[in-house]
Amino acid sequence: MTESVERGVPSKLSLMELSFTVNGERRTVRVYPMARLLDTLRQQLGLTGAKEGCGEGECGSCSVLMDGALVNSCLVPILQAKDANIVTIEGLAADGKLDNLQEAFLQCGGAQCGICTPGMILAASHLLHKKPEPTLEEIREGLSGNLCRCTGYTQIFEAVAEAARRRSIATP
Amino acid sequence: MQNDRVVGVSVPRKEGRDKVTGQAQYVDDMTLPGMFYGAAVRSQIPRGQIRKITFGPGIAWDEFVIVSAKDIPGKNCIALIADDQPCLAHEAVNHPEEPILLLAHSDRHLLPKAVAAVSIEYEPLPTVFTVEESEGQSEIIWGTDNTFKTYLMEKGDVDGVWEKADYIVEGEYRTGAQEQLYIENNGMVAAFDPQTGVTVWGSLQCPYYVHKALMALCNLPADKVRVVQMETGGAFGGKEEYPSMIAAHAVLLAIKSGRPVKIIYDRMEDMAATTKRHPSRTRHRTAVSKDGKILGGEIEFTIDGGAYTTLSPVVLSRGTIHAGGAYYWPCVRVSAKAVATNAPPHGAFRGFGAPQSLFALERHMDRIAQVVGLSPVEIRRRNFLKPGQTTTTEQIVRDPIDLNRLLDRALELSDYPAKRELFAKQNSAGPSRKGMGIAAFLHGAGFTGSGERNLSSVVGVEGCADGRVRVLVSSTEFGQGTKTVLCQIAAETLGLPYDDVEIAQADTNQVPNSGPTVASRTVMVVGKLVQSAALGIRQTLAGAGLLGESYSPEEFRAACWKQVSARGPFLSWARYEAPSDVFWDDEKYRGEAYAAFAWAVYVAEVTVDLTTYSASVDDFVALQEVGKVLHPVLARGQIAGGIAQGIGYTLYEKVVWQNGRMENGQMTNYTMPTSSDLPPIRVFFEELGNAHGAFGAKGIGELPMDGPAPAIVNAVEDALKVRFDSIPLLPEDIFEALTSVKGARVREPQPVGGVR
Repeated sequence: MTESVERGVPSKLSLMELSFTVNGERRTVRVYPMARLLDTLRQQLGLTGAKEGCGEGECGSCSVLMDGALVNSCLVPILQAKDANIVTIEGLAADGKLDNLQEAFLQCGGAQCGICTPGMILAASHLLHKKPEPTLEEIREGLSGNLCRCTGYTQIFEAVAEAARRRSIATP
Repeated sequence: MQNDRVVGVSVPRKEGRDKVTGQAQYVDDMTLPGMFYGAAVRSQIPRGQIRKITFGPGIAWDEFVIVSAKDIPGKNCIALIADDQPCLAHEAVNHPEEPILLLAHSDRHLLPKAVAAVSIEYEPLPTVFTVEESEGQSEIIWGTDNTFKTYLMEKGDVDGVWEKADYIVEGEYRTGAQEQLYIENNGMVAAFDPQTGVTVWGSLQCPYYVHKALMALCNLPADKVRVVQMETGGAFGGKEEYPSMIAAHAVLLAIKSGRPVKIIYDRMEDMAATTKRHPSRTRHRTAVSKDGKILGGEIEFTIDGGAYTTLSPVVLSRGTIHAGGAYYWPCVRVSAKAVATNAPPHGAFRGFGAPQSLFALERHMDRIAQVVGLSPVEIRRRNFLKPGQTTTTEQIVRDPIDLNRLLDRALELSDYPAKRELFAKQNSAGPSRKGMGIAAFLHGAGFTGSGERNLSSVVGVEGCADGRVRVLVSSTEFGQGTKTVLCQIAAETLGLPYDDVEIAQADTNQVPNSGPTVASRTVMVVGKLVQSAALGIRQTLAGAGLLGESYSPEEFRAACWKQVSARGPFLSWARYEAPSDVFWDDEKYRGEAYAAFAWAVYVAEVTVDLTTYSASVDDFVALQEVGKVLHPVLARGQIAGGIAQGIGYTLYEKVVWQNGRMENGQMTNYTMPTSSDLPPIRVFFEELGNAHGAFGAKGIGELPMDGPAPAIVNAVEDALKVRFDSIPLLPEDIFEALTSVKGARVREPQPVGGVR
């Protein structure tokens, strides 16, 4: 039998180096080109806030912001993230002070088990960036790529509306 | 003592900040030095003898740790109720995806190829996939009769009732399997140390279930097994029993490799291999008087348990007791059984048998209404249980519950009468039809019958030297708010601010066995014990002369410090004692089935699109009496979330079976409701209180799973005037019924034999 055998320590030659910005900080990683952005964030950079729920872009719990767009990091090959500006849930609370979306999720019961929460909050943040005062219908549509099994979404909608209200007060 | 109440107020979740900042640590976020990754090689066939295992080419097998049944130090079973489920199949397999071998490697990316490279030859055996095939017993796949458990529950003289009946109404109702679909897949990390034993960290509901299973598997004493719950990303019953299996696998690999081992399921493995809600079939035969009173009836309740016993007897029990619902039955006979099929074992899922038998009953009530010529509202009014009457287990209703008042309020909140009238007029034309449906029901809180007595749960409350108070329970948080509410109860009891109370991680080395986190028992039963233990702290401090009748938080802190300085660790324990008025006869299945029932009336408004044949829910009103609401935001979240799962159960979620295997094990083809699929879910409470629960609380978690399916299907029938007796109800089912000549028009004459 001459078939090749894949060993546990693969050839270092296939690894490549690339850089991108995460939560305002420039980071350089050595990765396989087709490594998923999700794995790179979680395993190499220790940013475990992004979660894997389905691995096929359906549940949205791995959502991060990449150059302002909301992406499922389980579907993004790391090559695509080269030189990109990435924001994860860890980048939302600046200097330990919660973002008003995070505050509103706490207050309104938008987080139950918490596993969808990082992705949901980033999706909501993306939505509020595009539409600072969304209608209920726009919130429902805006979050429809992020699945939550606990809440029935109602309290998540309320949290997003509450955050929008707080933002409009903060920036009249 | 402060005057500000803690109970009844929506205080912040204890672990909320960690959850919204991404800091909460779930099992897959955990890494140990030198850790290997594990995977299972699973059966590809539903039933057969294992003949030969071959490790194929292309894999560096010398790098892998390989575990088979022969490596198990203790008993090859997942100890729970019966010991029939092996941890690893040895000679035979009884369902698809049954684990046979385990592999571990330092590089997780090499595992899928290695798993695929193991080929197993089987000698296939005949299979059983449906309840009917199992009952037929042409092939015996479990025990002597394919039956895990039967119950016969009898009240009054059922055989004598038929001749008094003006109508005899029959019906058969079915429910499908449902995947819990927690967003966090199952996972465990295990480590082994010859001195201290095994430790597992995982996503789980019941630390002491895992503890029990690992003791038997590893042949280790209790103090050599440690189980730690990590933050758990949803469970819904789906992490009640199967985590013991995954923990067992991780532990076996850790013992053999000498390394910590992590096993994380991907979605497909989680869907295909782990438990789901039991599919069911319920048959009703009911004697009814001409004015719509139920005179008595027979109910046959059958569930498909899959290949091994697991929790089926208990699921069956709850389904059996709930089969008569919130109505008065002068006499009734419920015959129930759980049968074996060659599918992965079905298991715990929110509601635990009750959603199945209550779907049947609440559909059947609408059917009775049609036969008698009454409205769905009126048939319920005439049969509701009243205080002082007895349930099907002859438990006296002690709650001052007025179900008619609950129904009135739900009708008003949903604008039912006006809408039903309006829809009846509008439904003759146009591209869609609208309807209204009702479900009225009850849900028992806590373990059934003598269950709580047998559990004999223990909780601890610790007064720390710095004056903080720590709650010690094995009850777990997985979204419901366990940590928050138990801390509220302790704070309220001690008259302390909520922030002064914390809760220990559910770690069997640190916390006593307060029982499993299931059965809507945590707030009511465990909460009451937390209250007792906290009271013990207060009494001890008062008895030592360190604390007066009333005190400030500062005085409490000072007293705690003095107590700990003088006497060392300051702990107060409370153990469950059955209330004197709770009696249960396990033989006859008679007595006080539950210490408390929650009561509810739900109303669904639906539209059926006649172009796409899809049904959608436009409005959902959920009114319930759940005792005292201890945390309004969490309580509403429990109800709304349960209803969303119930809507999925009814209209979206279908497990497609192929030879006992789930074929649609992905989120793309097993579809749960998204934010754009769900209606406004409007939640309302009545609060009568409950003598047995902490601060008057009853159980709440499972209740909302019971009502959506019947309310929605009743509404679809109201819209289309076509009968549907099974769920899930997908567009293709509606299409089939509307276009097929077989579609049973409900207003047409009933077939002979169905109705007398």
